[in-house]
Amino acid sequence: MFRLVGAPGLEPGIARSQSVNVNHYTTPRILKYTFLFSFSQFIDIMKLVDSKKILDQLNIFAQCKKYKVALWQCPQFLFLLMGIIIIGTVVISYTIGIHYIGDPVILALIVLGLTIILFIVAFIITRSFERLAEANRMKSEFIDIVSHQLRSPLTNLKWAIEILMSGELGKIEAQQTEYFKILKENIGRMEELVSDLLTVSRIETATLPLRGDKILLENLINHFLKEAEPFIKASNIEVKLKAEKNLPEIFADPFQIRLVLENLIDNAVHYVKNKGKVEMKLERRGNDIYFEIKDSGVGIPQEDQKYIFQKFFRAKNILRHQTQGSGLGLFIAKAIIKKSGGEIGFESEENKGSTFWFTLPIKS
Amino acid sequence: MFKCSYVYMKKILFIEDESALQRTFGDILRREGYEMISALDGEAGLKLAKTKKPDLILLDLVLPKVHGFEVLKELKKTPETKEIPVIVLTNLEEMGDVDKAVELGARTYLVKTQYSLEEIVAKIKKALGE
Repeated sequence: MFRLVGAPGLEPGIARSQSVNVNHYTTPRILKYTFLFSFSQFIDIMKLVDSKKILDQLNIFAQCKKYKVALWQCPQFLFLLMGIIIIGTVVISYTIGIHYIGDPVILALIVLGLTIILFIVAFIITRSFERLAEANRMKSEFIDIVSHQLRSPLTNLKWAIEILMSGELGKIEAQQTEYFKILKENIGRMEELVSDLLTVSRIETATLPLRGDKILLENLINHFLKEAEPFIKASNIEVKLKAEKNLPEIFADPFQIRLVLENLIDNAVHYVKNKGKVEMKLERRGNDIYFEIKDSGVGIPQEDQKYIFQKFFRAKNILRHQTQGSGLGLFIAKAIIKKSGGEIGFESEENKGSTFWFTLPIKS
Repeated sequence: MFKCSYVYMKKILFIEDESALQRTFGDILRREGYEMISALDGEAGLKLAKTKKPDLILLDLVLPKVHGFEVLKELKKTPETKEIPVIVLTNLEEMGDVDKAVELGARTYLVKTQYSLEEIVAKIKKALGE
């Protein structure tokens, strides 16, 4: 990315150095070749990469706007500025230097002046990066504080409803029970969101704890399926697990891996419309355990596939008929699998279904 | 007559600054046949633990005046309270917090949002050896 931003920044500078030097010497050939070489290289890159993407990268104002900081605090802008200053100072020192070639003191002073300027610019850039890092840290901290603060009132609600629903404080009519169920379900959703936000904040601050423990994936899946049975039955979906016999245990964090399985199974069941099938496969592949979950659901549109593991992203076709969901599940799943030493991926076709898979090393 | 109605009710000290939770727990624990003593901050909690000698302590961590960890440390240092089982009941769930609580002598560490009241009552009964 930086190369693409930096390269065009160099072009005008080199071109300018040519016109400045013409008065004193003939244009050094090497500069000419450098210019031609980098230009042809640039054309090659342009051919290889989507040109619109490059133009987007070059639009420094838009890039800086993304960070929501002033131009003087934006690393991209400062980087370009540094490029121009470096080239400018080199050219100026060169022009002055060739007049005083016999005077080492002046040459030394020029080099010193150059170094000071570069040092100052580098310092400003470092500061701007620091500011960005600080903003990121504060954002994570904010998520952390808010999530913790939300948990107390949620607990109060949850337990108060539990008492009311138990019927000990008075008989509950059937219609009231329906409303209590809605309350309970929504509190559950908020709890999940808060917990997902906390996990995301930990992933981003690299403080997500992973505890190593021996686990059998098959047991973990079956355990979850048993818990989710009422929900799966209500969805009228057939869920199957085909596991290879005598699979070895893996060494990973059971709580986090369960979270990954929950997210993948939950997605598969959620996005199957009407009566459908969800098939899971568990097998050994070399030194890894391979897990696959295939659904006959709505699938992911081609243009959305590259964003599917990004946080808060939700595919367009899903938003049309299913508004629930935070878009955090797959982001969390990927982070956990990667941190556990595995790989995660998917294949999908819109209106046909998706297959998500992950691998986890048997020994890690 | 007095003798017949005398049943020893186990005392549970609940150190928690949220009065709504104090109320919810009060109802539940009374229903289960326990006597609940409530403390709204760490300092009051420590004082009540020493004077009332409860059979079990439920302890929140984020507390006014004295933090839950300090309360736990003090409880385990004092001869008359060090044998009382302590269940930490909080919404903090960093691994560091769990490790610290266990190291300081907590019997169990429960994250509030992850449990229903029924499950918490089961944990209380287990800690009381019932």
